[in-house]
Amino acid sequence: MKKSNPIHQTFTLVKKDLTLELRQQYAFYGVLLYIVSTVFVINLMMGRPDDKVWNALFWVIQLFVAVNAVAKSFMQESRGRLLYFYSLVNPRCFIAAKLIYNVILMTLMSIIALVCSIAFLGNPIINPVYFVGMVLLGGTSISLLFTMLAAIAAQANHNAALMAVMGFPLIMPVLMLLANISLSAFVTVYQPELPKMFLLLGGMDILVIALTMILFPFLWKD
Amino acid sequence: MARHWWKALAILLLLYVIIAGFTVKIPIIGTNGQSSRGLFFHVPMWICMYTMYTISIVNSLLYLSKYDLKRDVLASSAAGIGTFFGVLGFATGTLWATYTWGGTLTDDPKQMCTAIAILIYMAYLVLRMSIHDLDKRARISAVFNIFAFALLIPLTYIIPRMVDSLHPGSATTPGFASKDTDGSMKLVLYPAFIGWTLLSVWIFTLVVRYRKLQLKNIFK
Repeated sequence: MKKSNPIHQTFTLVKKDLTLELRQQYAFYGVLLYIVSTVFVINLMMGRPDDKVWNALFWVIQLFVAVNAVAKSFMQESRGRLLYFYSLVNPRCFIAAKLIYNVILMTLMSIIALVCSIAFLGNPIINPVYFVGMVLLGGTSISLLFTMLAAIAAQANHNAALMAVMGFPLIMPVLMLLANISLSAFVTVYQPELPKMFLLLGGMDILVIALTMILFPFLWKD
Repeated sequence: MARHWWKALAILLLLYVIIAGFTVKIPIIGTNGQSSRGLFFHVPMWICMYTMYTISIVNSLLYLSKYDLKRDVLASSAAGIGTFFGVLGFATGTLWATYTWGGTLTDDPKQMCTAIAILIYMAYLVLRMSIHDLDKRARISAVFNIFAFALLIPLTYIIPRMVDSLHPGSATTPGFASKDTDGSMKLVLYPAFIGWTLLSVWIFTLVVRYRKLQLKNIFK
């Protein structure tokens, strides 16, 4: 890595993560199997749920997919490899690369989850473009928050259970907002505070990105 | 003794709050009846919680700038006591809700949001338990604490103001201040704020002293 340009560093790291993912494909197929089996189990248990339940179940599936997908991105970095990165790159570039990679991964997973849900649980969506936009935005928000939590959990001995304990209370406001906003895609409801909720969600995303970039260098030092 | 005057003040104020809180003549507001007296105990708990969480995050920030373990003791003690007062605030609120809203746990957004906020800080305490190395624990939990506090603000200040709530003081439900015409409730409420806050700080100093004694080999 001769060029020390931070943007170049970040993109090299993203490329490295994507290449690793393409070569191993273990995380991808693991999460894929996870999505399909979860949705299938729901289908076996309750058939085709009505729209409100569909919405709730979809976001819960998203939550668990995010925990699994994002946690893996830090689990695969062994201690030695982290030390190696420590000597090579700026910590902010490292976490920025992880954020970008996780957003890409989660976007893909969100679309797969959406397709699976529609295939197994029926399609109650009346406003598809809006809902797909929501799914992408939601996937991004969830993956951003869980990236930082995965970094914390990775420091605390790669404890995956810890990530769920820390993450679920923190993600609840985001999930509540998402479930409320996406309700418009199912039924024509009048939601006067819709723009405000979008603004709040966007604000939370920016807050999470800013905090992650500021706080990660402290976390990294070992 | 000169340094301890505020502890005496806390005791006197709380004695006054407890005696006056149950005996003073209060205006009957809507369906609240006598349950409005919960105000003297419910609202101060949240003020104590916020005081403690503010102390906690300030110390976490200071820890990250100097790496002084004493700051970590202060931050974690404050977070623990803040959570304790948060639980008390939640308990007094649900007690009031049982008799006015007709349900202990309703799906009111304010109740939900505060429950989540308390859960976030419980996660902080669990995170601390899971790491054994002192310095590492201090560093990681300081980072999580800053993260948690940043999300606590939208959760308890912004979201509850956006959605309709049955809680007094929300958009469609007027607060108690407008009905308290002769000011008899304010006369108890403001001393209650000061008294309970002083008590929480007192508990905080005691816990910090105990924790520092536990770690006296490290601090010297």
